[in-house]
Amino acid sequence: MTAVVQAKGLCKRYGNTVALDNVSFDIQPGRIVGLVGPNGAGKTTALKAILGLAEFDGSLSVLGLDPRTHRTELMQQVCFIADVAVLPRWLRVGDAVDFVGGVHPRFSREKCEKLLARTKIKPTQRVRELSKGMIVQLHLALVMAIDARLLVLDEPTLGLDILYRKEFYNNLLGEYFDDQKTILVTTHQIEEIEHILTDLLFIKEGKIVLDASMDDVSERFAEVMVNPDKADAARALKPLYERQIFGKSIFLFDGVDKARLAELGELHKPSVADLFVATMKGTYS
Amino acid sequence: MSQNSMNTITPTGKFAWQVRREFWEHRGGFLWTPLIIACVMLAFVAMGLITAELTARQHGFTMNGIQIDQLTSHLDAAQMAKFQGSMDVGLITMGFPIRIALFVVVFFYALGALYNDRADRSVLFWKSLPLSDTQSVLAKVAAGLIVAPAFAVLGMIVLQLGFLLIMTLFAAFHGVNVVPYIWSPTHLIAMWVKLAVLIPVNALWALPTMGWLLLCSAYARSKPFLWAVMLPVVAGVIITWMQLMQSFSLRSGWFWQHIIGRLLLSLVPESWINLDSLRALEHAGDDPAGAIGNLFSFGAIADQFTSPNFLIGVAVGAAMIAAAIWLRRKRVEAYA
Repeated sequence: MTAVVQAKGLCKRYGNTVALDNVSFDIQPGRIVGLVGPNGAGKTTALKAILGLAEFDGSLSVLGLDPRTHRTELMQQVCFIADVAVLPRWLRVGDAVDFVGGVHPRFSREKCEKLLARTKIKPTQRVRELSKGMIVQLHLALVMAIDARLLVLDEPTLGLDILYRKEFYNNLLGEYFDDQKTILVTTHQIEEIEHILTDLLFIKEGKIVLDASMDDVSERFAEVMVNPDKADAARALKPLYERQIFGKSIFLFDGVDKARLAELGELHKPSVADLFVATMKGTYS
Repeated sequence: MSQNSMNTITPTGKFAWQVRREFWEHRGGFLWTPLIIACVMLAFVAMGLITAELTARQHGFTMNGIQIDQLTSHLDAAQMAKFQGSMDVGLITMGFPIRIALFVVVFFYALGALYNDRADRSVLFWKSLPLSDTQSVLAKVAAGLIVAPAFAVLGMIVLQLGFLLIMTLFAAFHGVNVVPYIWSPTHLIAMWVKLAVLIPVNALWALPTMGWLLLCSAYARSKPFLWAVMLPVVAGVIITWMQLMQSFSLRSGWFWQHIIGRLLLSLVPESWINLDSLRALEHAGDDPAGAIGNLFSFGAIADQFTSPNFLIGVAVGAAMIAAAIWLRRKRVEAYA
């Protein structure tokens, strides 16, 4: 199958800041990819490039189209939720449904109404009368009713409480995602979505520092809890990261033989959050 | 989801939805403003008449209906036509406050059209839909230059009908039937056709202002009003000053009228009316209404289409709208 997104040598600078530094990656169909990075690492720039919202250098193909020149066509197959609260505040819910139905060839009105019926949102309400969580519910209902091939989510649940966040991802996974669709998501609440991701893209200072499927990640990386007497032996194996807890040291290793690590202590599968912290160390210093 | 649930979307249909969206957002300015002005003006007329009536009674005057009747019955055909002409001009010019309000509403509409959604980031929602920037911007042009003026005309028609109704009731109260004199369907319909024809003429004339405001709206990272107004005005002041210093051959009056005026004030309805012919009104003699009517005549409208001022304005306006579309495509990242 051909990749949904193929990026080769993407570069983008804002003045003296390099937002994307020769970035290359592929995203395959039917995957849920987490694009993860600290603030200012270039996540949003990469998403904007994919959505044709920013100029850049390099070659980028999204569903076989160049987003710089075929934006309008591309948007028939690509959806995005840029951030919370970008729905215009004056818009009525019913009008929003009518409008998207009027301009989007792949929008299903019935599906959208079905999704909205499960919420407390009424068609006569204006966006400004809705809470932040309800605005996201509305946006998600509009987007999920579109049969798109690529869905891009940029911090879709920022500032929402845990109930809305859980519901958001449950809906997405339960009712929207299938093997024809691809989801690209950035979020800082990585621990909440790591179980739904199939792939990880770590970005740091404009560079991709990790590009792996979740299966690869559990193959490659391992976390070992080591007693102080074996700590030096562990350090000799060049861990990515070391932290202390309850007088023991926890080491994170990349590509070290699991059997060998098991001799040092208790072996764990690292969480994405730990992997993130290990990979990004030194970012803000 | 199955493929057969897809909607059929035509480019015209998309365009219509985008114009409708502009109307939803600006219902207050486009629809309610002219209607409210019409109602307020009618209330003033009614209050004025009631005050006049009560004052007259207090002082023992009574208006004698029979005299008015006698007056009108003595009108010959030529005088009658003149009377009708004056009525038409009176009814058309009565909408002046609505026209001024339309100018203000559309001026600020255009200034915010490509700026406000960048400022509140809702542009990201619109850009997530398969809409071309060209169509989005042209929908805004159509909303400002066709939809808003159409509602203003609606407001003017409400005003005219209300005014005629009040006059008819007032006359009837005094025992006079003025229906045959002021309720002439042919005249009213001809006038409304004229108001409708003026919409596209005004729209073409307004293109330089529309283009300039949209350009500033698409360009500004903040305060589009300052860009739109201060830039031409400061340029005008500098040119006037240079002329005062006698170091510049261009007449500053020309610059104010043809550059600054066209960039900022062409949205004023019927502002294409030739100022020279306005001066001719001084020599209008015994038929000033006819002379005013001539300003709006189909002949005067047709003349516009050969006037360089009009045609160059259309070209410059179209170029600025094209530039605004280009900026609209570029400037998503620039939030205020």
